[in-house]
Amino acid sequence: MSRGDLRVRVDPIACTAHGLCAELLPERVRLDDWGYPIVDDRPLPPELVAHAKRAAAACPTLALLLPPADGQRARSVPPPGRGRAGAASR
Amino acid sequence: MTVLAASTSVTWTLTRASGAVSLLLLTAAFALGIADVARWRSRTWPRFAVDALHRNLALLALAFVGVHVLTTIFDKFVSIGLVSAFVPFSNSYKMLWLSLGAIAFDLFLALIVTSMLRRRIGLRLWRAVHWAAYACWPVALLHAVGTGTDATRPWMLAIALGSSAVVAAAVVARLAHSGFGPRTGALTR
Amino acid sequence: MSAATTLPRLLDGADPHGGAPLGAHLDHHGLETLDVDAAWLVREVERAGLHGRGGAGFPTATKLEVVGHGRRRAVVVANGSEGEPASAKDALLLAQAPHLVLDGLQLAAAATRAGDAILCIKHGARDAQAAVARALGERAASGRDAVYVRVVAVPDGYVSGEESALTHLLNGGRAVPTTVPPRPFEKGVDGRPTLIQNVETLAHVALIARYGADWYRALGTAAEPGTALVTLGGAVERPGVREIALGTPLAALVAHGGGDLARARGVLVGGYFGTWLDAVAARSATLDGGSLRPLGASLGCGVVAVLPDDACPVAETARIAAWLADQSAGQCGPCVFGLAAIADALASVADGRAARDLAAASRAGARRARPVGGRRGKRFEDPLARVRRWCGDVAGRGACRHPDGAVRLVASALRTFEADFEDHLRHGPCSACARPSALPLPRFDGRPLEAVA
Repeated sequence: MSRGDLRVRVDPIACTAHGLCAELLPERVRLDDWGYPIVDDRPLPPELVAHAKRAAAACPTLALLLPPADGQRARSVPPPGRGRAGAASR
Repeated sequence: MTVLAASTSVTWTLTRASGAVSLLLLTAAFALGIADVARWRSRTWPRFAVDALHRNLALLALAFVGVHVLTTIFDKFVSIGLVSAFVPFSNSYKMLWLSLGAIAFDLFLALIVTSMLRRRIGLRLWRAVHWAAYACWPVALLHAVGTGTDATRPWMLAIALGSSAVVAAAVVARLAHSGFGPRTGALTR
Repeated sequence: MSAATTLPRLLDGADPHGGAPLGAHLDHHGLETLDVDAAWLVREVERAGLHGRGGAGFPTATKLEVVGHGRRRAVVVANGSEGEPASAKDALLLAQAPHLVLDGLQLAAAATRAGDAILCIKHGARDAQAAVARALGERAASGRDAVYVRVVAVPDGYVSGEESALTHLLNGGRAVPTTVPPRPFEKGVDGRPTLIQNVETLAHVALIARYGADWYRALGTAAEPGTALVTLGGAVERPGVREIALGTPLAALVAHGGGDLARARGVLVGGYFGTWLDAVAARSATLDGGSLRPLGASLGCGVVAVLPDDACPVAETARIAAWLADQSAGQCGPCVFGLAAIADALASVADGRAARDLAAASRAGARRARPVGGRRGKRFEDPLARVRRWCGDVAGRGACRHPDGAVRLVASALRTFEADFEDHLRHGPCSACARPSALPLPRFDGRPLEAVA
């Protein structure tokens, strides 16, 4: 796993099925029959990283996480609209 | 800046105008916040849109409140200093109504700052502070109605009544519907 | 001093009347001093090939190693919470051979250079609590323990003894799982590296320290050496806890308990988070991972429950599923709603509602549709297909492995008893459905569980 590998993860205890993540990152998140996210945890390609960060920032309960591949806690992500879309990890 | 400060009528106009716009934006942000927590959505309004609009309108309101506060400070007609923008009961000009403005401003800043630092301060603290929104908006409305020199003008009355109606509708709808989203009542915490 | 080359080992010298006292324990196993070299003990446990006996089966030496090299002073926890209602081995071991477990706890503390030791006992296990209290008194008098042992009662509940739930409880919270990472071995009690080990595993550590890895490997299989405690239940004449060598044929265990696989519908192996084996598979299975894994099963926490051939597997599965759904900690949506939906669907198959719906749908001319996504699919969806889909959706999406275990049990029931489920789906309940349950499903309201031993 390369150091820049980002994956999407859900904290299942914090999640209360608001569903914003599925709207903002449908490539990686779909909702089950009860509105809870089913996450595809494959590494994020560079073009999805900004969308994933936005989804994580938008989650009302901070349940969507972008932990680095070595399993540490999620770093704090910048709020949306900072204009760094596309300048993701190579 | 000197030009602006010398021409009192310009700053005074700006203060009243930006104040009115701030109230409208704050009302919109507040109502959308209530819709957001009620998980309101429609076919054309996904959840993220309600949420994002709530946040962006709040930031826009902050910008106009900033203009409102600065133009008040630089106005030569009244001597309201920077301190009075934040500290209530520190100025004798329409003391009560002005103080309400300072209080509303303080609460608003708390809402904005904690929201920007949400990840760092954690959800519980953020949520506790965010309840202050229910205090911030009515205090801002009272400030507008009491301090404003246009309080009796028709357009100002319309703004005040209209804003109140919007917020009342949002609160009633929230209480009546107990949430639009999936049932999370079975979750314990 | 006996060097038990045959069974029993753990239960050698066990005293059902208040637990073997210290003197008798020393006579039997004679581990004179618990002051052993940490590195030596970890190597010996590794050579012995000891795996955890709490259900997950993790290599013990690895755990000892990692926790011992943490940055802060470790904490060792003996987990005797035994939330699995069909299991009674931990309560029995603590009640009858407390010194063996306590020796193991001290040795684990030595191996990980821990500063604190905690023994967790199920709230309702009165005999175990009494025996442990007596044993700790004896050890205090003789100065046997280097590390003080704190005893904590764990509230009833299926998930209370889960690693993160236990850690949460010990840190002053409720006994419900928390989100990991970090796992307890990194950051557990008081934020320190925490070793959480089943009490039976610790008892094995004590024996390995006394008799060595080669002795340990003298019984069992080459891939899975040693012995294990199992709880035999269900349709057997003499239910209870027994010690077996790993690799013992399941049929031999059942026969020893006075059961008859020829008259069994199936066998539940591992626990309520385990797997159903049909009678044919049960007859040829041996109690070790090598034989059980290809059958989709594992020894788990040692539960072996025989379902008699006059019981209804559909009704039993529906009951267990409902119980497991009820035991959810209630924190994660997929577990709360998924398990409830699965239980409800199985109940509708068992009690005939599904059969009625199916008949109504056929009359209305609707095709037996393939599963449709979403809650409001109008076409009739086969409840069994829906359950299978939900099982796939729910697994792995909770904070702990409770939904995974529940789903494993349900999926194995659908596979093993497929004909019965299809039959109930079409024709409703069978004559055996109304029979009382062959398996214990306690309501946790503070009373002690019925003992199987």
